[in-house]
This record gives sequence, C-alpha cells and structure tokens, in this order.
Amino acid sequence: MNLDEYKYKDLIHRCFRCGYCKFPTHWDDVTNCPSYARFRMESYSNGGRLWLIYAWLTGEIPWSEHLTQILYTCTSCKSCVEKCPLSFNEDIVNMTVAAKAAMVEMGRLPNLVKKFFQNVQLYGNPYGIDAQKRSDWMNGMPVESYGGQEYLYYVGCEGAYDTRAQKAARATAQLLIDGGVSFGVLGNEELCDGNEVDMMGEEALLENLATRNIQQFSDLGVKNIITLSPHAYNVFKNKYPEFGGHFNVYHSTQIFADLVKAGRLSLPDKSGARITFHDPCFLGRWNDEYTAPRKVIKAVKGADFIEMDRSKKGALCCGGGGGNFYTDFLGGSEESPARIRVREARDAKADILAVACPNCLTMLEDAAKAEGLDDQLKVMDIAEIFCQV
Amino acid sequence: MYKLNFNEEMCFACKTQDCLVRCQHLDIDQNTARAEMEKIINGEDSFVLHDCVTCYACEEYCPHGNHPFYLIVQRQDELGISPLPEPLVKRGIQTGIPFRGEPEISEIKGTALNMGVFSNLMDHVQGKLFEGLPIMSHDPRKMFHYFCQLMYLHYGKTSLINERLVNILETIAAHKATELIQFHDECYGTYTSYAPAFGIEVPFKSIHLFDYLYHKLLELKDDIKPLNFKVAYQRPCSSRLSPDMHPYVGKIFDLIGVEQVKREYVDENALCCGATILGQKKEGSRRYCVEIQKKNIEDMKKAGAEICVFNCPACMQTLGMPVSKNGIMPLFMSDLCRLAIGEKIA
Amino acid sequence: MSSILNALMDIVGEDYASDRYEELFTYSKDLGTSEPQWPEYVVAPKRVEEVQKIVYLANKEKVAIVPLGGGLTLAGLALPLKGGIIIDMKRMDQIIEVNEQARYIVVEGGISHGAITAYLHKQHPHLMHSEPGAPPAATVAGNIAIHGQGDLAHPYGFNTDMINGLEVVLPTGEIARFGSCAVGSGWYTMHPLPDLGFFLGWNGTTGIITKVSLRLFPYKKIREMDVFSVIDEELVPEILYELSHLGLSEDLITTSAAIPPMMNRIHNTSIIIAGDYEEEIEFKRHMIFDVTLAKYIHSGVGGIGAVSMERARPTISKSADWKKGGGFEYVGSIMPVSSYPECYRRGAEISEKHDIPYTVLGRVIGCCHAMMFSWFYAFNRADPETVRHAREALHETDEMVMEINGTIWKPAVFGQKLMMDRMDRTTLQLMKKVKDLLDPNGIMNPGNWEVK
Repeated sequence: MNLDEYKYKDLIHRCFRCGYCKFPTHWDDVTNCPSYARFRMESYSNGGRLWLIYAWLTGEIPWSEHLTQILYTCTSCKSCVEKCPLSFNEDIVNMTVAAKAAMVEMGRLPNLVKKFFQNVQLYGNPYGIDAQKRSDWMNGMPVESYGGQEYLYYVGCEGAYDTRAQKAARATAQLLIDGGVSFGVLGNEELCDGNEVDMMGEEALLENLATRNIQQFSDLGVKNIITLSPHAYNVFKNKYPEFGGHFNVYHSTQIFADLVKAGRLSLPDKSGARITFHDPCFLGRWNDEYTAPRKVIKAVKGADFIEMDRSKKGALCCGGGGGNFYTDFLGGSEESPARIRVREARDAKADILAVACPNCLTMLEDAAKAEGLDDQLKVMDIAEIFCQV
Repeated sequence: MYKLNFNEEMCFACKTQDCLVRCQHLDIDQNTARAEMEKIINGEDSFVLHDCVTCYACEEYCPHGNHPFYLIVQRQDELGISPLPEPLVKRGIQTGIPFRGEPEISEIKGTALNMGVFSNLMDHVQGKLFEGLPIMSHDPRKMFHYFCQLMYLHYGKTSLINERLVNILETIAAHKATELIQFHDECYGTYTSYAPAFGIEVPFKSIHLFDYLYHKLLELKDDIKPLNFKVAYQRPCSSRLSPDMHPYVGKIFDLIGVEQVKREYVDENALCCGATILGQKKEGSRRYCVEIQKKNIEDMKKAGAEICVFNCPACMQTLGMPVSKNGIMPLFMSDLCRLAIGEKIA
Repeated sequence: MSSILNALMDIVGEDYASDRYEELFTYSKDLGTSEPQWPEYVVAPKRVEEVQKIVYLANKEKVAIVPLGGGLTLAGLALPLKGGIIIDMKRMDQIIEVNEQARYIVVEGGISHGAITAYLHKQHPHLMHSEPGAPPAATVAGNIAIHGQGDLAHPYGFNTDMINGLEVVLPTGEIARFGSCAVGSGWYTMHPLPDLGFFLGWNGTTGIITKVSLRLFPYKKIREMDVFSVIDEELVPEILYELSHLGLSEDLITTSAAIPPMMNRIHNTSIIIAGDYEEEIEFKRHMIFDVTLAKYIHSGVGGIGAVSMERARPTISKSADWKKGGGFEYVGSIMPVSSYPECYRRGAEISEKHDIPYTVLGRVIGCCHAMMFSWFYAFNRADPETVRHAREALHETDEMVMEINGTIWKPAVFGQKLMMDRMDRTTLQLMKKVKDLLDPNGIMNPGNWEVK
C-alpha cells in the first residue's frame, strides 16, 4: 500500500510525538501504553508507531517482520486516545489498525498472527480447537439452546475454550439462571465474534464472520444479546450495524447490575475482602461503561471496594487485546503489562482483583502466578465472586 | 447605512425617564435623566455614555418600547467613547473574524436550531427535546460565520454590528430555513429587536429557545417527572431585548416541577453576570463587578437555591464556577429540561 | 550480531538494546526541522551501574554516546550527529526520596515531569516542583541539560537554579556527586562546596545526569491565571517590571500570535497567582488590577483580558498543528525584558517573510532579571517546502538574536556556532579544556558545543 490508499493519509503526519499518548489520565507515569510499558523504546509508543507507519507508507523505510511485530504489539486499548491533545485523537488508534490492514492485504504478517487468522477461518476460534468442542464449557449445566428466549448469551471463543475463562462463562450462566433471566446459547453453532480480527486488520474475515453471525442471529430471531466478553460486546454493538446487524447488546455486568438493583441475586458475603476492579478496555474506553461493573462489585457484602492508582479511562490494559492474548508479543517480562497491573493491584492492597473480561482474566491470573502473588491476590471474574460453578 | 428608529418626541414627552431612573448601576434622578437623555439625543457628550455598564436593562425599562440602549451605544460609537479599554475592543472585534474556512451551506427545509457562535455547546442540545431538529452552525471551526455580532453593544460599536450583520444574514439565509430556534437569546434579540430597530431586513422567523422548550415539553408531558429542585435563574443582558419571552422561564419551571426561589434580584431587578463590567475603563469597575457578583450569589444562597439556571453561555462562563463554589449547581435551561424528562446530561 | 550489541544486551538485557532498523529510524528523527541522524545502537538502561558499564564500553570501543530524555528539545540536541549509541534514559524513572520539611525531591534523571507532578499531587499535596513549559513527557535530566525553565520561573529563575544535588556518570565512567549529597549529608543544597558546575546546560556533552535533587515549593490550594492585555508592545516591559516589583505572581508570561485573530497584534500577559484562601486570591487580584495596573486600565491602553482562568498546561503540539502538518520548532532566547518590543517586531517580520503565522512568547525569569523569549515556526511535515521555510526562519531568528545582543537558549548546532563565534576567547578555551579533561575520547554527544 502507498500513502494515497491509506485511510488516514491526511492525518497521520500530524502526530507531533509529544508523548501525551503514553500517560494515563492523571499523568502518573509514561507507561500507560502497554507496548511502550513493555519495551520502553520510542518505536513502541503510539507516536513512534505512527511515525514508522508514515515512513513505511511513503517508502522511507521498507517492510520488515520487526515492523509488523511493532504494529501487532498495539493492543488497541485506546489509552493513547485519552490524552492526545490533537483534534483527530479519536483516530490515532485506528491509524495502527488501518496499517495492520495494509499488511494483511500484502499477506506479510508475523507467523502467530497468520496462525490466528487461519484458526479463526478453519475452526471459528483462534485456538484451532474443534468447533464441536465449543459447548464443552457448559457440560453438566442446565443451559438451554437458544430458541426464542429473551436473550442470547454469547460466550465467545475465550469463554468457550480457555479452561480458566470457561469458569467465568459458567459462573455467568449460573448467575443469569439465578436471576431468572430468560436466555439460551448457541452451543457448538457459536462462531468467533470477530472483534480481534477487526483490531488485527483482517477486514475480509471480519465481514465474513459478521455476516455469518448476523445471519444466524437473525434466523433464530435474536433481538437481545448478552456477552461474556467486552470484545464481543464492542464488535456486536459498534461494528455489526455496518453489516446490517442491529441487536440490543448488553455486557453481562450490565445485566447483573440490573439484577442486583431489582434484588434478584443473592449477594455473597466476603467480609474483610478488599476488592479492586480492572477496567476492560472494550467495556471502558471503547464503550464508556465504568459504572455497571462497579455497582455489582459494591453490592458484595462485607467487602471494601478500592480503586487502583490507574482506573476507568486511565486504566492500564492487561496486554491481551488486538490478539495479544494469543500472540503474546507483550509477554515474557516483568514489564509485561499484565504483571505491572497485578503489582498495582497488590500495591492497592487488594486481595481480589475483579475482572469483567475473559481475556483480562487469563492474562492477569497468569501474571499473578508469574509474580508469585497467587496466594495473596485472587483474580476473579465478577460473576465468580457471586457464584462458582 | 442603517438608521436607528428612535422616537425622539416620545422620549422628550416621557413622564418617567425610567430608562435611566431605574438603572441599577447609575444613581440618576428624574431631572438629571431627562437632561442627559436630551444631550444624548442631540448627539452631545453625557456622563451616561462613559459610565454605562452596558447591561441592556434600559431597553426593557423604557415604557414606550423606544430604544434607549441602542441610542446610547450608537452615540458612544459616534463620539468615540468606549466603555472598554482599547486592547479589549481590538480583541473583541478580532474575535468575530472567521479564520477557519468557509461554511458548508446545506439547504434546510423549515425549522432549524441555530447554535450561532456556540457550536461547541452541542452537548446541551441533545436528546428527545431536540430530536430530528436540523442544526445550523454545528461546526466550531465555522461558527463565526453565524455570529450575531450583538456582543458589540458592550463595545460601543453599533456600526460594526451593522456592517457585519449583512454577511451573517446572507450566510444564514443561504441555508433557506424559514424558522430558526435561536440557541442563544442574544441571537434572538438581534433578529427580533435590534435588526428591526435599525431597519435591517431578516429573511427568517426566530423562535426563542425557551418558547421552543416549553412547547416541546408540553408534547412530552407524559415523560416529565417533577424535579422538585429549588432554582434561581440568572437572567442575561440580552433577555432585556425580548422581555415578552421572559415569562417562559416561570412557565417551564412550573411544568417541570421546580420552584423558583423568592429573591431580590429577579425579573426586571435581575443582576448582570458582570462579565463585561469586569474590564471596563471606569475606575473601580473590577471591584464593582466582584461586588455585584457577590450580591447576586448571596441572594441566591439566602433564598435557598440548589440550582442556578443559565440561559447565556457567557453568564455560565462567568458565574458557573463561583455559584458552584457556593454549593449551587450551575445548569443550562436545556439540561434542566432534559433532567425533567429522565435523560442524562453530559 | 555485532559485539557491541551483544555487550549492550549483556548489560541491560535483550529487550532493551537494539540495532534494528525500526528503532534506529525512530531515534534518528527529531521532532523539529533537523535532518535525520542515525545511531548505530539504542539502549535503555534501568540502573546507574548499567549506565556506567555502557560508558566504559563506549570508551573502550571509541563509539559516541548520546543520552536522551523526553526527546523534546526540537533543536536536535539528542540526535547522534556522529552515530554511536543512543542511551534512552527514561527507564531510570524512580522517585528516591521526598523531604517534605526541607522541600526537596530526589529522582532519577529519566523520570518525566508529569510523573513527579502526579506523585506530589497525591503524596505531598502542599508541594510542587517547576514543571517546564513542555509536554509532561519531558524528563528532569533532559530539562536541566538544556537550562530549561517553567513554572515558578518568575520568583525562582531557571530550573537549573532550583537544584539541590546531582549524581553524574562522567564521560570516563566514574560516578560523581555534587552538593551536600557528595559529603553524604543529604540532598538539601548545592552549596557551600566549591562550584563544579560542568553539567547543567551542557547538552549531555560532559556526563550523564542520573540523579537530581529538585527544590520543591509551596503548592497553594487555589491557582488561577489572570490576563492583562495591551496593544502597544512598548508597554510590556514596564508592565512586567511593575508586576515583578509587586511580587505576587507565580509566573508572568506574555504572548502574542497571529492565529487565532483575537490574539493578533495584542500582547496578553498571563499572570499566575495562587493562594490557600479566596481572600488571599482576591487581595492579589486587587493589588494587581486595582492598584498596580489601574492607570493602564483607566487610560484605556490596557485591559483585564480574563480573570480566574484555569491555568492550563501548555499543549504546544496543538498550536504546532495550525498548518495541519503537526510540526513546529522554535528559537528560544534569553534576553533582557526590555527587549520584548524589538523581539516581537523582528519575529513578526521573519514570520511574515516565510508565510508562517507569527507566535511569540516571553516568560519572565527571576525578578525580571531576564526573559525567555521564543519565536515559533509551524510547518507541515508532509510538505518539505514548509519545512525549509521554517528552518530558514529559525536560522534568521538565531542571527537576529545575536544581532540584538541576546543569547540563544538551547541552540541547535547552527546557533551554537553563532554563539561560539562571538564568545570570549578565554571562556571558549576553558570550555574546550573542561571538555577535553572530562571526555578524553570525545565520546559524549559529539558535535554539540564542540569547540574546534
């Protein structure tokens, strides 16, 4: 691709590289960009990336494997957008997504990214696990198949396949049952939602997934969707309408908040616990939902709710977005964002790190183990605080 | 050249001289008032031209619908008497110069909302009350093309208003809207009071925002849940140009179930926000501004106001923070109305 | 893989040393108009011992090293003019000590000013430091290496006047401390030891600053910006003089700019005042406007442009984008305050010549002892012609500064040469001797302040 074909050709050179994009909302540190926090070289900051992209598009530098890797370390967490003072700040994360799309078009990608796309194409999930195993997460649970219930509970790839995230998927289903919510699931017929595919620049694959999902949802008469993952929530809510899919989409914590308010959930007693909450990027910064999960956590009896230094718009990403939960380009270091984040939870003296995203759950629990914090800091999906199945 | 339609005979024959006698800022008895108005009418210098704080109130006080304030400003202009220091005049004049390209003219059928020079306040015109309403001047980069210019009454510059208004009217007319709801009542005052007073033709009908809100709220009556707040209303200078619209304040408050607190500085006795007084040349202006702001806020507090409702963004900018520091929440009228129909505001 | 890269990786770990094209590209670019200068390696140390080892390595290999902070000088001062190793210091970002009573903070040199502000705000809300007039990503060591200034410049001077102690890795690798910390008695003063001030303002050519003790100052609860405007630039020096005599402001900064039009040919002096009580603030406003500046207001030549404005942090990258090109560079100078009118007029002429809307700023340093006057030139990164114009305007401004007896602040190499050409010969030779003594292999940021 050359510059003329690039969607942001009139904007990208206007990044000044002033460095605001590295900060959280309260200027605490320059490490709120997960890839910059991990590598601490200017090339990994958002400004650095934009300058590299511009140089690549204008032919000043050639394509390279390392260049693609730098791009794919961007988790699309959108933290950079929050502090960028320029008028086009909303687009600075999309500029990297568009550059990834250009690389997809060229077919020159890091192997793990290629593998991610291939797995989604062949198996409907990035792990490359048989689609017939997709419903394993609900074995033994009285969960109905979707057939006209009020809500479709969309579990997503992580909740369906990742053994840790499966527990969150089960707890969520159980809470919905406990709350008397009328819902069903797609079981083995469920297909990847495409949010990561979108953030990784595979536009054609997104279209394919979105079209198939929309067709299936429409055929079944789905109107309302509850998602386990904020990633699915984001793509259903914000991208699917572009492909003709208009559904009422809710994240599970939004439903839980209503159930709590209506007194339809029995509230767990966690006397003496100190709970903190890690905002998922695709619930918080991408969709401005900071309240619902906090309402649910604050309903827990006997527990203190505490905020970490960086929260809400200023929260540090777990490092799993943009496919990084699979490619792990940000892993392998004490400065991996997930490890920084669990240390931050420790510093807040939390003993439960609550999450609302299966990606964050696996990323942060692994990080707690790597930090040797698993004895003192439990990483739990909000649903798991209420019930464990 | 536009000429102010001021009826001199009517003024000479006036039995009250309310325009100056009732002035809250100058201590003038009736004889002095008559003498000074005569000087002003005759094009002579008068202390009034120097000491006027430009609060517009005399436009409302005049029992004959004559235009004493426009006359004062025109004389200031002719005699080169500016209430403000030169740098503020220069800055003010330059503020109105569009500098970020030409506006995109799209044709609007029927009624539209004109944001005037407040395109950056679009957050305050959201929700059901404004649903489906085409917006004129929604782009802050182009908003000076829609600037009604009336601000220059504070600068002693009727000539500038008249000169620039021609282009502004052309731009607005190009959209072909027949009816404009004016977000700012200074725009409303321009097109319904000032322009006719100077014989400037306005090719569209103006609707006052409060008139619009009231009738829209009537349509949405079933959605209204009484707010039960105690509110004070900060009346802006420009509302003196449309006193017939002022009763909508009370009507809206009644409709949405808020209580307008009983206070001294209300309706015709409302106090100016002080924004323009702050920088005036006259000795002691800044202190006087602080004093009236204090009086105003103390009055709201004493009356038990929980919310101060604003009409004008300039008043909000000047008094928003001070009222908030005094425990009173500042809100635009449109936002208060949105709360009443159960909407969240930005 | 080269032996130098291997050695660097041994020192800092694999992730923090690179000779890959993409990293070198990124560090070859300055944000201003400078041409790219390519390093051969980039390294990001975490500890002072790592810095020390890198310096030993560079001496052994006779390869240049260039310490880099926020990379925001715009004048290309941390570009590797002779190749070598860029040392990105931003991982050295720890806060080591705050002494509330003695009002100082000891930090590692690579910490950002934004991080210090956030930390103090949270942990020591009665204290503040001088954040420079730069984005918050600017680092402490980078700023004092160029004699930066910022908040509180009016009462307390340059940021380099607000230092209580330093730790420096010398060009030969030894670690030296300066101030009371050198005798092990805390980080509370630079005096009364013999002055060895060879590091401040040297652009990292005499050593790498690794620790700094910064003076802290009372942080009052209420802070606001008031503005006083005049049209006649000749009035600016006397107004600043009178305000500095009054001595109630935290900062005095006069600006003028062609865009937006409301600023055009008007000189707006921002007066920053602070107080713990509303009465304190109102007293200051009264003394400033009703007493000190009253005569200008009543005669109509000066006006209160605004009061009680929030003191906004400078977002210069925003004004840099007037040409929708995301680029700007400025010449800063240190001048007598009396030079304001000429600086403004000459700057506006240069801007006009190059079709760049003029933007100028004068910040009072000390009690009107000097002023940092700067001329901003915006350009479009995507349009080489505008870059050329900006570069020419910068050079013409450098020359003009010399002509009107100013000194260029943080000059690029072009300006450094102008200054050294005019410098007292004995002083110049002393600079050379100091440099030769400290850096016998000439490895420290070569090409900067280089005396031939």
